[in-house]
Amino acid sequence: MTVTDWLSEPVNWVFALIALAVLASAFRVVTAKNVVHAALFLVATLAGTAGLFLVLSAEFVAWVLVLVYIGAVIVLFLFGIMITRAPTGYDEGLDGDRKIWPAVLSLTTFGLMTWASLGAFGSTPVSNPGVGTDTEVLGVALMGRFVVPFEVVSFVLLAALIGGITIARRDLTPAEEEGRSLA
Amino acid sequence: MLLNQFLILAAALFALGIYGLLVRRNLVLILLSVELMLNAVNINLIAFESVLRSELAVGQVFSIFVITVAAAEVGIGLAIVIMIFRNRRSANVDDLSLMRW
Repeated sequence: MTVTDWLSEPVNWVFALIALAVLASAFRVVTAKNVVHAALFLVATLAGTAGLFLVLSAEFVAWVLVLVYIGAVIVLFLFGIMITRAPTGYDEGLDGDRKIWPAVLSLTTFGLMTWASLGAFGSTPVSNPGVGTDTEVLGVALMGRFVVPFEVVSFVLLAALIGGITIARRDLTPAEEEGRSLA
Repeated sequence: MLLNQFLILAAALFALGIYGLLVRRNLVLILLSVELMLNAVNINLIAFESVLRSELAVGQVFSIFVITVAAAEVGIGLAIVIMIFRNRRSANVDDLSLMRW
């Protein structure tokens, strides 16, 4: 498959546009000098990813990503930034001093993964682009074949909820406990 | 659409996540980089699913599991960050040298 063939499919233009936006905002997530900006660039990355999921006809997962990640996880991050009083202005001290080796390591990882997937999948096409997945299929799979992992994951969420409350809760000193029971 | 274009994009996102994980010093930003890497995994799962088109939509089901576990991880991770901040007045990994030999 040549580049011209690839460009003749309109959906590839959509892909290229979204991929560029995703990569640019992901780059800003790891380089932004402002903590809040980094969190908001992650929103852009995730929104682009949801767009890619729509292109790959995974509509339900795309909207789950928007609801759970952009709606809940990022809000949690913003609360975390607020509570830890991270410097919300521009801050040069957010990154470590040595950036060469992390950059080398991440470029090596990227090169190895690209080399491996180019070797293994060559020009395997995505089948039936544009044909959606019924949410019914997902529901039947979750409640049928995957009901045990589904329940385990829901238990993990419950444990995380209780654990989060227990860890983040401030233990009262005996004197404060006394004052509370009187009040 | 080729499968590889999605795999390479996911590899790039994963590599950026590794870079952020190693370079950042603020704990909240390290967690953000982990989210970036988990997101790359999700792209891979969905891309493979759109090639295999399994009867049970296995790739999509597992990406939902990944999203759920990631949400739990962020909840616990931020609770730990808040605890560390409360005890040490800092969310900077360079200050957490208590267990360094």
